Amino acid sequence: MNSMAAKLGWLLLAAFGAFCLGIVALERGESISAFWLVSATVSLFFIAYRFYGRFIADKALALDASRATPAVLHDDGLDYVPTDRRVVFGHHFAAIAGAGPLVGPVLAAQMGYLPGTLWILVGVIFAGAVQDFVILFLSLRRDGRSLGEMVRTEIGPGAGVIAMIGVLMIMFIILAVLALVVVKALAASPWGTFTVAATIPIALLMGVYLRFLRPGKVLEVSLIGLVLLLLAIWAGGKVAADASWAAFFTFDGKALAWMLIAYGFCASVTPVWLLLAPRDYLSTFLKIGTVVLLAIGIVFAMPDLKMPAITRFIDGSGPVFSGSLFPFLFITIACGAVSGWHSLIASGTTPKLLANEKDARLVGYGAMLVEAFVAIMALIAACVLEPGVYFAMNAPAALIGTTVESAAQAISQWGFAITPDALAQAAKDIGETTLLSRAGGAPTLAVGMAEILQRLVAGNGMLAFWYHYAILFEALFILTTVDAGTRVARFMIQELAGLALPSLAKTESWTANLIATVLCVACWGWFLYQGVVDPLGGINTLWPLFGIANQMLAAIALTFASVCLVKMKRARYVWVALVPTAWLVVCTLTAGWQKLASDDVRIGFLAHARMFAAALDRGQVLAPAKSIGEMHQIVRNDWIDGSLAAVFSLLVVAMLVFGLRAVLAAIKSKVATAREAPYIALAGAAS
Amino acid sequence: MNTSTMRELWRVCIAAARRMIGVPDYDRYVAHLRAHHPDRLVPTYAEFFAERQRARYMGGGGRCC
Repeated sequence: MNSMAAKLGWLLLAAFGAFCLGIVALERGESISAFWLVSATVSLFFIAYRFYGRFIADKALALDASRATPAVLHDDGLDYVPTDRRVVFGHHFAAIAGAGPLVGPVLAAQMGYLPGTLWILVGVIFAGAVQDFVILFLSLRRDGRSLGEMVRTEIGPGAGVIAMIGVLMIMFIILAVLALVVVKALAASPWGTFTVAATIPIALLMGVYLRFLRPGKVLEVSLIGLVLLLLAIWAGGKVAADASWAAFFTFDGKALAWMLIAYGFCASVTPVWLLLAPRDYLSTFLKIGTVVLLAIGIVFAMPDLKMPAITRFIDGSGPVFSGSLFPFLFITIACGAVSGWHSLIASGTTPKLLANEKDARLVGYGAMLVEAFVAIMALIAACVLEPGVYFAMNAPAALIGTTVESAAQAISQWGFAITPDALAQAAKDIGETTLLSRAGGAPTLAVGMAEILQRLVAGNGMLAFWYHYAILFEALFILTTVDAGTRVARFMIQELAGLALPSLAKTESWTANLIATVLCVACWGWFLYQGVVDPLGGINTLWPLFGIANQMLAAIALTFASVCLVKMKRARYVWVALVPTAWLVVCTLTAGWQKLASDDVRIGFLAHARMFAAALDRGQVLAPAKSIGEMHQIVRNDWIDGSLAAVFSLLVVAMLVFGLRAVLAAIKSKVATAREAPYIALAGAAS
Repeated sequence: MNTSTMRELWRVCIAAARRMIGVPDYDRYVAHLRAHHPDRLVPTYAEFFAERQRARYMGGGGRCC
């Protein structure tokens, strides 16, 4: 009887979800309530978790509850600790949630809310959550080994090196593009710059407190930090209102880029307890808190989406990023639908914490569904804005000019009516002097979040407060990623360089550390600076490269997952991993090819290089270059970006070849050839 | 919701908050040391915390974009 009721319940939920999705997909009125989007998402995710997640757990992977996990076998109370699955879920979600799922959907909103929504929903259920879950499972069966190590033992050393290079390259691009998001948010914004700068002394204070005054009292010091942050936002408003102070905190993009580069260097060589760790704690808690706050805001306010379901920019002529819906939508929304980066976390700390294999579904599949929900919330926040305001914020100055009049005229011509007064007022409402050309996602998301959150706590000036709160929240964890990432990349460089010159691998040597750190900062700093001076806004160049890199890593991880399923003699379920692999390979290779060789100068790096080279031959200087030297620089940058796109594509192809070879060998073998750690029963190991 | 489940929920939240920033359960570690390595010194919570803080940023893993 009970099971009948349960079946009926699931059936009703499915019908409700389908109905909501139908409204989302077919409604073509002026606007649509976020209620339908949220309801469709939540019901679909419950159904996906219950049915597809369970199918993967029971059938495709055959999780074994009786098998001892690495945490149980190697329990040392530090790195390997059998942990309550709710705690592991929180840990895993905090590790995978970052700026990616917030930025991608905001950029993709230029095509309307529908394409992004559908890709997030389908992508996470059949690709993203599957990848996280399967990689977590494979690592669980291999003593919690990392993706790189697993690829090496299962497919071969060549494939292992590919995975390692892929990870390092994606790292540089991620750091550059995230730093660019911060630069775009803080340029010409004294309020934002002051509050973000204030996080440095706040973090130092917390670090000293945590080290000497009250050692280890994290929650206490984080509360103090939070209060100081809110004070900093308030003080930022005062700073922006005072002309002489405001001038002191007003910088252009180039100056901010240099500051970030210098900061990234300093932060990654100072002791972790002083700056990195305390800010990491604060940003982690703030991130979780803000995600919850935004969810509450959306559920209570249920704002209307003003962006059309589909805009004319699906043809590739969009001002935010160039390129048509296929393949560029699928690489623009990377994290949130499927993110290769997660395969590193699913094979990092998380498998060393699970007390039981069965928990892998909740942690691997479940946490990724929540991340996709965050992406949907970001999409809602972007679509809550007037489309005219959205495009004014995200289109580069090359297209809309630098005044509200020119912007309003250009955007109205695209079919999104907006007046100069409305644009000026929108900037004034959030306490900024201008909103124009702030591509990068963070400011747009912040305005959208401010719109939503001020329905929770409204009042005079609250919109400006919430806007800067949202900017601070994003900048805080992006900066944490920048210095933690610089540190991690430094270790990776030292490991790689150590192969050639062993003295460089010594992490206790200051010379080796400094060389590797400078190298690392120079790599991402180069891309950052190039993005800042790019006339099309930088995001237009860097975000697709980041998306291609991230989806490339996902393709590598899923190829590895497919190979393992075959080697385990579970080939009849291989489609679970193979279908998303194929889709990602098609997307990354098409996008990589178009970025390299498209004749459209707004898409193809080489076409752009040719245009500037031809002008050089005629002795002409094209904007944004101001001298022949800068012209040469642009051509050189294009070649580097183009080569990068080519290298990413080659990595994918090489991995496919290695994978195919491993699969053929596995099919020939009569027995399972996957190299799992031996089975040890949980009952025996627990003693 | 009765008080014992409320208390349980609070305990899980605190443990999750600590775990998110890389700090495992201290009492559990002490119990582990006493049971398996009686010869080793038991660190204070402050020492334990400082060691875990250092370990968190020693490369590997990392966080997402």
